Amino acid sequence: MDKAVIEQEVREIADSWKGKEGNLIMVLHQIQNRYGYVPREVSLVLSEILDVPLARIYEVITFYHFFRLTPPGKHTISVCMGTACYLKGGAEILGELEHLLCVKPGETTKDGQFHLEVVRCLGCCGLAPVVKIGEKVYGGVKKKDVGDIITQYSEDSEAKTAA
Amino acid sequence: MVKAVINGLKVEVPEKTTILDAARKAQIKIPTLCKHPDSYLHASAACGICLVRVKGSKKMLRACCTPLEEGMDIITHDPEIVAIRRTVVELFLSNHPNECLTCGRNNNCELQSLVADFGIREEFYEKIVKDIPKDDSTGNIVLEPRKCINCARCVDVCQNVQDVWALTFLHRGFNTRMAPAGDISLADSPCVRCGQCAAHCPTGAIFEKDDTVLAWKALRDPEQYCVVQIAPAVRVALGEAFGFPLGANVTKKIYTALRRMGFKAIFDTNFSADVTIMEEASEFVERFAHKKGPLPLITTCCPSWVDFMEKFHHDMIPHFSSAKSPHEMMGVLVKTYYAEKNKLDPAKLKVISVMPCTAKKFEISRSHDMSASGFQDVDVVLTTRELARMIKQAGIDFSNLPEEDSDHILGDYSGAGTIFGATGGVMEAALRTAYSFVTGKKLPKVEFENVRGLKGVKETSIKIEGAEVKIAVAHGLANVEYVLDQVRKAQKEGKPLPYHFIEVMACPGGCVGGGGQPYGVTDELRTARAKGLYSDDEAQTVRCSHENPYVQQLYKEFLGKPLSEKAHHLLHTKYQPLPIYRR
Repeated sequence: MDKAVIEQEVREIADSWKGKEGNLIMVLHQIQNRYGYVPREVSLVLSEILDVPLARIYEVITFYHFFRLTPPGKHTISVCMGTACYLKGGAEILGELEHLLCVKPGETTKDGQFHLEVVRCLGCCGLAPVVKIGEKVYGGVKKKDVGDIITQYSEDSEAKTAA
Repeated sequence: MVKAVINGLKVEVPEKTTILDAARKAQIKIPTLCKHPDSYLHASAACGICLVRVKGSKKMLRACCTPLEEGMDIITHDPEIVAIRRTVVELFLSNHPNECLTCGRNNNCELQSLVADFGIREEFYEKIVKDIPKDDSTGNIVLEPRKCINCARCVDVCQNVQDVWALTFLHRGFNTRMAPAGDISLADSPCVRCGQCAAHCPTGAIFEKDDTVLAWKALRDPEQYCVVQIAPAVRVALGEAFGFPLGANVTKKIYTALRRMGFKAIFDTNFSADVTIMEEASEFVERFAHKKGPLPLITTCCPSWVDFMEKFHHDMIPHFSSAKSPHEMMGVLVKTYYAEKNKLDPAKLKVISVMPCTAKKFEISRSHDMSASGFQDVDVVLTTRELARMIKQAGIDFSNLPEEDSDHILGDYSGAGTIFGATGGVMEAALRTAYSFVTGKKLPKVEFENVRGLKGVKETSIKIEGAEVKIAVAHGLANVEYVLDQVRKAQKEGKPLPYHFIEVMACPGGCVGGGGQPYGVTDELRTARAKGLYSDDEAQTVRCSHENPYVQQLYKEFLGKPLSEKAHHLLHTKYQPLPIYRR
């Protein structure tokens, strides 16, 4: 990324929160909305603009699970581990996804296609166990279905790349 | 004053004294792993071992961060408190690797002692040790995060005392860990290698890179001619490792030990400190009296300070003294002057420095200027702690050693050289000589009391031939900012300079409190070690660097005069801005 561009963008975001107490966390929220994660180059610029030590920025980023230090995958797979989904086999679904994608929750596949994460209750407990990919919700997921579901997305992307 | 009762004993302490400190005054030791007795460090209340309670109450208080209040009746030890403490220690053990025998802190570890004190013989909890790799990227400070107990001492000292912000805590809960900001290596962080983190770490999570093997290898190689030098602050601290009283001056026993270890020549950094003064005081006189070069002049003996300035204050480069640090001067003089005089091949000369400092390990390869002799001027740097280990490895009964002298002429020092080890010492030594250089007269009184002591920033002035020389002495890097801001403000507003001469030492107390010194530093210890150096100064017949007859001989035989071309080539260096990310 071009440093000058980053500087301008970060400055705009930071300026809207200038002088407000606790602004670091709000600025980081907006930065993540803008870039999908908080790149190191951006933290460096932010440190300078807000006059906050880089170490403090990283304390905040790593303290809150919300913030990401790596680019998100193309498709975010959220596996619900809320009470209902957990009891209906959420852990088994998660295990299958970890196995198929070779990633742990919070990680992104090497090809950048899938980001796996665990969430607590998506508000549709009647469908348990639930997996959400992007904005699409899959209910009553069984371990044997998992492979088919993610294949659709990988094929999607392959078809698009080919086109 | 607050009056209270601890374990039935009446105590009276100043307001805001913590229960931990108040108990200490009543000879009650409340165990803690996170609160270091050093007053520079804050209580983080991280470990939870110092629990106490108010008599009759169920609630437990953390003694490290709870001030004693009027009328409190505190119980520090009862069966329940002791049982809880024991459980906390057991929990620490459950995520601590059992590598004590091969750990850098074996026999000198606060966690180990506590486990021993509690007599823990079995591990009750399931062992989960975090798998975080070692970081030895800097080549002088080694991080072993697996051994970290998250006490926060290193983070506190790095951020608040040194203002470096190299270390921080990442993540949260069980996953919390000490690391440079953002999973970079320590070498890529703003770390200035001062070693204050290592000096305050309760376990083996941060320690100096061990170079004793390198030193032994050189000593045992019949082809090598090994020469050693000891820094001012080492002589008043090493004794602690062998049961001597705090601040005891064991210089001559160290000389004997080094000779018995096989060093061919025993030199003293105090001598080259005298040489540093010849150069630095001349530089000051040039700038102050002859207006050649910008003021204030800032001292550069401390490699952490040099690194800090190159990273964060490079606008100050023109103000930096170009004189190298004393141990680098010794290195180059050994491989040129001493080699020539004794017809020795400098390629076979090994110079080993014993320093109170971890940053000196980094300084020896800082730039090309550190190889002015044509070879790396100093080959190995050992900390005071490493020398203590080597003396033990060599089977030397240090306490009962006879006293011997150092070798001529690079081992003969003045009182001015020895006080380099305490904050204000370089300034005092430089003023003694600068005064004589300007006036051509002898100082009626060589002591400058105003630059001594542990105040963070010491400001004073002296008169030389009617002209006022304004001085600042700062130690602990966080204190430097104030001094530099004063200078920048005056420069910006076109006002008269607040100071003409500034001394900076990175570590609180100066080198006596260095990152490579024996553990457990407190102000009491810093004061005792400094006192040892000032007594050494008083005991010397020659108290000023320029009056050291051997320094005069060196200039006569070899260097010409201070700031000569040869002196410049061998004894001076340059600085460059280092764009490490800002703090």
